[in-house]
Amino acid sequence: MPDGTAAPKKAKRERVPRVKMAEQAPEKRIHNFEEVPFGYTEEQAIVEANRCLICKRPKCVDGCPVNIDIPKFIAQIRDGDFLGAARTVRATNSLPAVCGRVCPQAEQCEVLCVEGIKHEPVAIGNLERFIADWELAQGQIALPEIPPPTGYRIAVVGSGPAGLTVAGDLAKIGHDVTVFEALHRPSGVLAYGIPEFRLPRPVVKSEIEYIQRLGVKFVYDVVIGVTVTVDELFEQGFHAVFIGTGAGLPRMMNVPGENLVGVYSANEFLTRVNLMGASRDGYDTPVRLAKHTVVVGGGNTAMDAARVSLRVSGNPVTLAYRRSMEEIPARREEIHHAIEEGIKFELLVAPLEVLGDERGQVKAIQCIRMGLGEPDDSGRRRPEPIAGSEFVMECDTVIVAIGNSPNPIIPRNTPGLEVSKWGTVVADEATGATSRPGVYAGGDIVSGAATVILAMGAGRKAATAIHEYLQTLPKP
Amino acid sequence: MHRIHSHRVLAEKIHEFWIEAPLVARKYRAGQFVIVRTHEFGERIPLTVVEADANSGRIRLIVQEAGKSTILMCRLQAGEHFLDVVGPLGRATHIENWGNLVAVCGGVGTASLLPIVRAAAAAGNSVYAVIGSRSKDLMILEDEFRAACKEVRVSTDDGTYGIKGFVTDVLRQWIEQGQKFQQAIIVGPVIMMKVAAALTKELAIPALASLNPIMVDGTGMCGGCRVTVHGKTYFACVDGPEFDAHGVDFQELILRNQAYRNLEERALHGLLDKGCQLTAQLEGAKHA
Ligand SMILES: Cc1cc2nc3c(=O)[nH]c(=O)nc-3n(C[C@H](O)[C@H](O)[C@H](O)COP(=O)(O)OP(=O)(O)OC[C@H]3O[C@@H](n4cnc5c(N)ncnc54)[C@H](O)[C@@H]3O)c2cc1C
Ligand SMILES: Cc1cc2nc3c(=O)[nH]c(=O)nc-3n(C[C@H](O)[C@H](O)[C@H](O)COP(=O)(O)OP(=O)(O)OC[C@H]3O[C@@H](n4cnc5c(N)ncnc54)[C@H](O)[C@@H]3O)c2cc1C
Ligand code: SF4
Ligand code: SF4
Ligand code: FES
Repeated sequence: MPDGTAAPKKAKRERVPRVKMAEQAPEKRIHNFEEVPFGYTEEQAIVEANRCLICKRPKCVDGCPVNIDIPKFIAQIRDGDFLGAARTVRATNSLPAVCGRVCPQAEQCEVLCVEGIKHEPVAIGNLERFIADWELAQGQIALPEIPPPTGYRIAVVGSGPAGLTVAGDLAKIGHDVTVFEALHRPSGVLAYGIPEFRLPRPVVKSEIEYIQRLGVKFVYDVVIGVTVTVDELFEQGFHAVFIGTGAGLPRMMNVPGENLVGVYSANEFLTRVNLMGASRDGYDTPVRLAKHTVVVGGGNTAMDAARVSLRVSGNPVTLAYRRSMEEIPARREEIHHAIEEGIKFELLVAPLEVLGDERGQVKAIQCIRMGLGEPDDSGRRRPEPIAGSEFVMECDTVIVAIGNSPNPIIPRNTPGLEVSKWGTVVADEATGATSRPGVYAGGDIVSGAATVILAMGAGRKAATAIHEYLQTLPKP
Repeated sequence: MHRIHSHRVLAEKIHEFWIEAPLVARKYRAGQFVIVRTHEFGERIPLTVVEADANSGRIRLIVQEAGKSTILMCRLQAGEHFLDVVGPLGRATHIENWGNLVAVCGGVGTASLLPIVRAAAAAGNSVYAVIGSRSKDLMILEDEFRAACKEVRVSTDDGTYGIKGFVTDVLRQWIEQGQKFQQAIIVGPVIMMKVAAALTKELAIPALASLNPIMVDGTGMCGGCRVTVHGKTYFACVDGPEFDAHGVDFQELILRNQAYRNLEERALHGLLDKGCQLTAQLEGAKHA
């Protein structure tokens, strides 16, 4: 560049491409449940961190639901201050190793990245994962200083990302927190839904251990609303209750043949494999070994079900989605990985009927091709069936991944709790306050099925509001 | 961990446990069930709560050895533990004062029906029961039924006790003798429920059936327990387990309950072939 005074400065900022993470080769990884991307080395992380402009007005932070101070932690990585970077991230995000892996960065922080306007955005998620993994590799995560016990007791219902965030935040300021979980293991979708090759169990486990070390107690096998009601929690001396029970009620397709043997909801299929260990030696829970699986849907759940089925069965998997690649809602990375692994995509296709044999077993699925019409409420073009385009795919397993509705147990069993017509708990967006004093809610049970980081963001706001609410109560 | 307070064999392959589960015992109402896991590698298995004692915090379970999980469970002795017990799940039986109620049960379903019979009697119903089993040695809980019912009739497949035949034969005969029933409730093997449902429909007796589909979580999360009733899909763990017997698609339930037959049989044979490994597995399970 011969002209202008800015030239020497620009010359110093040599344009380096975004650092890619090394990955397990597709032909190898389809035979195992080990994580697909290996993570950055320290050198790679520093190179990537150097790409960040450390903006004065960093747009990326606006895109992060928990407002991580992104330029600060990236600058710390750049300067080799990994411990400092870890502290910066952990100040607002209690599950960084999880978010770095599963956040839809491409639509959240990275989409707003200033560097990304002209070039590739900074790999914020990868850097977050790097720093969280680095921290875990150092051994125990250092605990913050916890003030003396306040004497206030809070019950958190559900141990998904929303509940874990509330629990961690409130324990850090000295409150006595107990998490009640219906299943025998903590962390909600992180345990039963998202497979190990995306989110290794030790990562989740160490995050849970950290929250336990903050003083949070976990009680499993308790279904609130059934085993113990919300009213009874107050009677037992809890001062506030947070509801984070998620959107764990699978929607079905409402087509004939849906209850044939071999039709699973994605939740059931993934739970059998992820939570119950069905594909592993020594575990008693069975799962079908499909010859050809058809997964219906296009979100993260559909990608996970397809890729898990591929690994469990070793046989072909087809994904049928009713819109086009433009609209498909899953994380870009998962779609890319699924294609690499050989999942066949049948786009603009909707199921009409599941066909069975005389033993009630799935033998095929009848579908119809779709065209895209006018945009609907969501702004996406509405898929419309093309008359006469019906076709049949032979298969012996169908996995339905078309979404989840809010879990109805708490709404059904908690008098005075306002619930929307969609079955979600009505809560104030800024505070998580519900129609009942002292009862807060957040995550998928309020928003409908969303994301890990949005659930955590809601948890963070609710924790702040619960703390303020407690100050209005008499000292315990 | 839930300590086994007592373990007793009621009949061949049918075992009774009283286990410590104070939270369940406090809340339990007739018709509800628990999901149990005995060890770290185990399945989540649904079992009806037959009785609960809120004072001692104990619940009574009656388990038939059906496959690997229940066989392993039935090897556990008093003083040992179930790893997880969650509940009470499902909706409690909706009990009204129907008048004359007939309880139709068979096999281990007899155990599931006992608490309902007791609750119905306590609510002022005149309760009658037909209990079926394959043979005399397999008949369970007869005395407890007699204590709660106005009259109990029994049938065995092989004629070693009571009337030789099926529960439906007994029911038909009873009605032909002029007995009136305003309501029936049916629990047992699916094929028995199917036949009994058809008979009560023919006789225009309203009937409930308590369904036993394969379950995983028991909280409405997986949909594995889907059943079809009057053409609509329900999740038995949260919408049931009891439904209008006249609307249930029993054929579908039979097929769905066999979904893992081959895999289960393989697991079971693995278990039985290596008798010595069973003990090893159990030991492993206990220490897991
Ligand atoms: C297969 C799959 C893949 C996904 N992939 C991604 C991804 O890549 N990125 C992303 O950001 N998001 C992803 N999501 C969405 C994300 O996981 C959810 O938005 C998030 O987990 C919601 O958190 P939550 O805390 O609200 O609820 P959940 O994680 O659903 O946790 C709720 C917990 O509450 C428990 N519970 C329910 N009822 C009761 C009760 N009555 N008493 C006690 N406990 C109860 C449940 O057992 C569960 O453990 C995925 C979801 C699925 C299903
Ligand atoms: C609400 C409910 C209440 C129940 N209450 C009791 C009870 O009180 N006592 C009791 O002994 N059993 C009860 N059952 C049945 C019990 O859960 C099954 O027998 C058990 O899950 C079988 O597990 P397994 O691994 O030992 O056998 P598996 O190896 O899984 O199965 C052995 C055989 O039993 C069949 N089977 C599998 N699952 C079920 C099922 N859920 N119901 C019926 N047959 C099945 C299979 O087709 C197979 O042929 C109940 C089931 C439900 C849904
Ligand atoms: S938590 Fe998610 S949105 Fe926030 S910075 Fe990290 S990857 Fe981006
Ligand atoms: S917007 Fe992009 S370049 Fe700017 S601070 Fe954020 S990550 Fe760095
Ligand atoms: S057992 Fe999973 S929804 Fe009923």
